[in-house]
Amino acid sequence: MRMQIEGSQAVADAIALCQPEVIAAYPISPQTHIVERLSRKTKQGHIGRCQFLNVESEFAALSVLIGASASGARTYTATSSQGLLFMAEAVYNAAGLGLPIVMTIANRAIGAPINIWNDHSDSMALRDAGWIQLFAEDNQDAVDLHIQAFRLAESLSCPVMVCMDGYVLTHAYEPVDVPDAVQVNAYLPPYDPVQVLDPERPVSIGAMVGPEAFTEVKYFSHQQHLRALEVMPELVEAFEQHFQRRSGGLCSAYRMEDADIAVIAMGSVIGTIKDAVDELRNTGVRVGCVKIGCYRPFPKFQVSALLEKTTRVIVVEKDLAVGMGGIVSADVQSALQGRQISVHTVIAGLGGRSISTSSLKHMILEARAERLTEPYFLDLNKTVIEQELARRRDIRRAGPVAEHMLQTMNVIGTKVS
Amino acid sequence: MTTERIKFYQTGTFTAGNRLLDEATRTVQSRLDRTNSLNSGHRACQGCGEALGARYALDAAMRASHNQLIAVNATGCLEVFSSPYPESAWQIPWMHSLFGNAPAVASGIAAALRAKRRDDVTVIAQGGDGATVDIGFGCLSGMFERNDDVLYLCYDNEAYMNTGIQRSGATPPFARTNTTQAVGEHPGNPIGNGKNVPRIALAHGIPYVATASVADLHDLERKVTKAIGVRGARYIHVHVPCPLGWGSDPAHTMKVARLAVESGLFPLFEAEFGKGIRAVPSVRGRIRKSHLLHADSPQSSCRTLSGATDSIQASVRSAAGHGSPRRDPSNGR
Repeated sequence: MRMQIEGSQAVADAIALCQPEVIAAYPISPQTHIVERLSRKTKQGHIGRCQFLNVESEFAALSVLIGASASGARTYTATSSQGLLFMAEAVYNAAGLGLPIVMTIANRAIGAPINIWNDHSDSMALRDAGWIQLFAEDNQDAVDLHIQAFRLAESLSCPVMVCMDGYVLTHAYEPVDVPDAVQVNAYLPPYDPVQVLDPERPVSIGAMVGPEAFTEVKYFSHQQHLRALEVMPELVEAFEQHFQRRSGGLCSAYRMEDADIAVIAMGSVIGTIKDAVDELRNTGVRVGCVKIGCYRPFPKFQVSALLEKTTRVIVVEKDLAVGMGGIVSADVQSALQGRQISVHTVIAGLGGRSISTSSLKHMILEARAERLTEPYFLDLNKTVIEQELARRRDIRRAGPVAEHMLQTMNVIGTKVS
Repeated sequence: MTTERIKFYQTGTFTAGNRLLDEATRTVQSRLDRTNSLNSGHRACQGCGEALGARYALDAAMRASHNQLIAVNATGCLEVFSSPYPESAWQIPWMHSLFGNAPAVASGIAAALRAKRRDDVTVIAQGGDGATVDIGFGCLSGMFERNDDVLYLCYDNEAYMNTGIQRSGATPPFARTNTTQAVGEHPGNPIGNGKNVPRIALAHGIPYVATASVADLHDLERKVTKAIGVRGARYIHVHVPCPLGWGSDPAHTMKVARLAVESGLFPLFEAEFGKGIRAVPSVRGRIRKSHLLHADSPQSSCRTLSGATDSIQASVRSAAGHGSPRRDPSNGR
């Protein structure tokens, strides 16, 4: 049913329709609305005999799901930012054990400085942990990706993160078509685990593996993971048949037919980029946009195919590899190996800074004129940086950077020093 | 060299392996139908107290649960010596995830079983003292606080033995470990450190808390059997000597364990819903004979240790006498 609904509420409704058997929750903004609603729905009896556990940390949340999933239960949790890092050890463990857990990441920056707003630093920090990572463009996408995620995870015995931009999507009210139970039941078969803790058929799960077999176990995981590149398109087709709309997928193109320049990105910024593309197209700039919907496994060949006629690629990413620059752009570059294409890295939207159409348009034109620094920080306030550098040259005990920058920018009213 | 006369399977002895005892008092381990949950052939050291404790505890748990048991293991000696690929000494469904999350993994299994209406299966989590009192402590407390249907077994050998004998939060005063070395005025671990997790478990008001020791295997089996019959969060803290870490003779594991109990350094008790029901009196005089001491001035160390023992005993008495139940038995799951 199509309704005006908050992103988190819509996602919670979609999760409830998937009938998880164990949900573990620990609060962290901006994912809390999702688990709050699931807590209510569980108690109201809308999710069968689902067990909702309020645990003492994110590490415990995922650990609970590891046990539950190994016992053959469909499992779900949601987290963000520091929470994802706090559970990092269990994130790797769940993937290593091949447990099809589904987890929403309401994407948020990582401190210090502490910041609750959106960027992709959290998911990026654990991109190589062995989880499939899907990124939602809007809230319809977020709802649909979660339903696909359970089927994907359970068909491959591999955990899936559905990443949706914190606040930008989780707290946005927009029209979303939330499907009904009949549709979801027809699309999503019951969970049939490949390994299960069962007193009738005892197995040892999580045994120690030494050098004699570790490479083989890891290679197998890698191959299983890569199978998502074949399975995902099938799931998208099946989804379209069941729900009469196209959602998800590895990657997709917008106005790329004759584009010289392609802007590549993930998540909710795609909408803004499409606006910038439309406006530049009106002035005769041949620019298009490529959305990466599945970041892990990385759809190398599919991305490369969409950039067939492109001579210049701009990767707009909401993360920063300190001391290196771009993360997504490094993957795009590897997908384009051997081809004569300029790849620019644009770091944008860190810690919730809004990305405007005008800034994007300006940046695209600067890239076309070969005037971008590498990596390029969108809307960077260079004056503040220069002042801080000067101050630190003059004073040895210069104090905390963040505090002084805020003072320089007059963001806070009272001086603390 | 001193010698001891050993009696095997004789009428009138209470030896744990005595098959001539009557049905009611015979150990599970002495029965032909024991399940060998932790089977022979694993790679534990000679005289390993943890292997012994786990074997007795799990076979008793299997019998009490009618073989409907799932066990979770924290990283540590027990996990490592029992499971190197492609071999496994476990004949029960067994899972190892991480060092610090065994209680939470077990909570998840219990939750899945509830969702699947399997109330006939018992979930056990087990870990060493490092996994229990240090790195997994948050998860343990969370499992207690929610009163999840899990029996947690801590095998306490008083240090991180798997990584090579480093101090843990359960290492007793004076104990020499590789991170509390016997250098300077006082040997080993400073006094006044360490957590008493059985008492902390009591403070959670959970349905069942007990301490046990491989010194008394009948008692260990009895406590595990009793715990299996209770629903909700349960905790048994089992004292298990480690010959490698303690520098004791592998043949003396039982003797050392017995000294710890009899001297009052490791008091045995059990409690229901935060209230003590049984404590075993100790023989504090034995402490001076204990070979656990390696001090430059043994007399003063003995006095200090004896004082510590008094305070341990006092804390057990106070915990056993004045615990306040937080949950009514009828509310237990």
